[in-house]
Amino acid sequence: MKGFGGKALYLDRSDINTDEIIPAKYLTEISKEALAPHLFEDLRIEGSSPLPRSFRGIGTIVARANFGCGSSREHAPWALEENGIRLVVAESFARIFRQNMFNGGMLAVELPAREIERLFTERPATVTADLESMRIEAGERQIPFELSPFDRALVEAGGWLAFADGRY
Amino acid sequence: MGKTITEKIFAAHLADEPFPGTKVLRVDAVFCHEITTPVAINDLVARGKDRVFDASKIKVVIDHVSPAKDSKTALQGKILRDWARRHEIRDFFDIGRNGVCHALFPEKGFARPGYVVVMGDSHTCTSGAFGAFAAGVGTTDLEVAILKGVCAFREPKTIRVEAKGRLPRGVFAKDLILEIVRRLTTNGATDRVIEFHGEAVKALSMEGRMTLSNMAVEAGATSGIVDPDDFTVDYLWPFAAEEYGSRAAALAEFRRWCSDPDAVYERTLEIDASGLVPLSTFSYRPDQVGPVSDMKEVLVDQVYIGSCTNGRIEDLRVAAAVLKGRRIADRVRGIVCPATPEVFRKAMAEGLLDVFLRAGFCVTNPTCGACLGMSNGVLAEGEVCAATTNRNFNGRMGKGGMVHLVSPATAAATAVEGKLADPRPYLPEEKKGARR
Repeated sequence: MKGFGGKALYLDRSDINTDEIIPAKYLTEISKEALAPHLFEDLRIEGSSPLPRSFRGIGTIVARANFGCGSSREHAPWALEENGIRLVVAESFARIFRQNMFNGGMLAVELPAREIERLFTERPATVTADLESMRIEAGERQIPFELSPFDRALVEAGGWLAFADGRY
Repeated sequence: MGKTITEKIFAAHLADEPFPGTKVLRVDAVFCHEITTPVAINDLVARGKDRVFDASKIKVVIDHVSPAKDSKTALQGKILRDWARRHEIRDFFDIGRNGVCHALFPEKGFARPGYVVVMGDSHTCTSGAFGAFAAGVGTTDLEVAILKGVCAFREPKTIRVEAKGRLPRGVFAKDLILEIVRRLTTNGATDRVIEFHGEAVKALSMEGRMTLSNMAVEAGATSGIVDPDDFTVDYLWPFAAEEYGSRAAALAEFRRWCSDPDAVYERTLEIDASGLVPLSTFSYRPDQVGPVSDMKEVLVDQVYIGSCTNGRIEDLRVAAAVLKGRRIADRVRGIVCPATPEVFRKAMAEGLLDVFLRAGFCVTNPTCGACLGMSNGVLAEGEVCAATTNRNFNGRMGKGGMVHLVSPATAAATAVEGKLADPRPYLPEEKKGARR
């Protein structure tokens, strides 16, 4: 199991959809690498400064509610992964996006609204997840989180295909 | 304690429960299209596992960009085509026989009551109209379903929607689901199934029920679902006749799946369907919905009638009823996209295409194209489109474009006026006892 998280990018909005994570016009790509430069290309967040052009060095996305809603495209987690982002921390996720993260051996961590609010207020530079202690390490703070046994098994197996292949 | 239809389907398909609450289900059908499947195919090939669990349960279509618009989309089609041939997948629908997946596959009888259906497409929930648990999944879930015939779910709770009364004239399934999404909000049904009940739902044709179920995911739902009844039997009869012998036998078998009267729901949402008016979204979320009559000053550049939500024959009929003998406004580009070849043929036979063409619409071949901004009607920055589609996300139909989600009747009236328009003045008075 690789480490999860790193330098955090804060996306201060709910309902960030998969079109905003990776626009549909790039769904004609059949290699995951080709998605990398187009991550969040059309995402605009009112009241926030424009997103950086490069996500080099970013390891974590912090967002509000219903992150990843809309299309089922696994291109969204792939575009994150291709940019080195394997941890998304949010108040809640759309079901398919969340499942896609774990199916690819990545982490989608839900935290209570008050914890998310505090993260947006304090904006610690790094946010990482420790699967041994089941804590999010956000700067100086440690925030406990929960995973279902299945989610955990998927992360440990490196994804759903590896889990299912040995079993079914 | 009674069971919901979803609970019955889960119990009947349970293959494994690796952890409490994680249900691995056997799937009855895996639907595939050329956008999300090729990566799964390539990955299976790379892993030396280029196999399918059961070729007869895999249904394949090229629909998102058809005909191919460039080398990349041509390659996606080729990967899918070669794979379907290699594995002797009989139900493969290439250009000429292809249509928007969630219209085409139900039309072919591939979605049945009690089925578990998965597809790498979020609007797979459309097939819930037939009393199936039909869920959109990502490419990895699709890949495992292709290889192993299983898919894992947390057993969803069910939200019961009770749509009381009949939809008034000029108000359709699309308006009802927009109201439901508005009430539930974009994540109000996450990890839930929305079960549609009530007089208004019972009165809907299968087409209308598909429109309803199609947008369940816009409230975050895993699937929409409707109890099967006589309409379900009638729709599926060409495919079920041999198997069941009589309609009564088919109905009895299908009704087995229906939710029990004492089934337990997480909550019930009551809607007075008889009080609804024509609705439209505004802004960029599908739960931002209001009466069309409040948005009458919104100028539109394009009107799009089509998609898995509203590209079926009934949709084209009602739009044509509005357009008959009229011309669309000069400022409007009208595009109508019959969702399947069958819809296209019927529309031609009934003279609907002639109505569209005389009104100034462009008629395209069946494809998903414009709905997700991939081809056949992409918007320019700053343009506005009234569309019978299902998503109005910022940039969905093209970067910087605005989409208003409306019914086919509202779309047609809007095309005539050049701005969002209430369709009711354009529709003929209802005949007594007419069904909608």
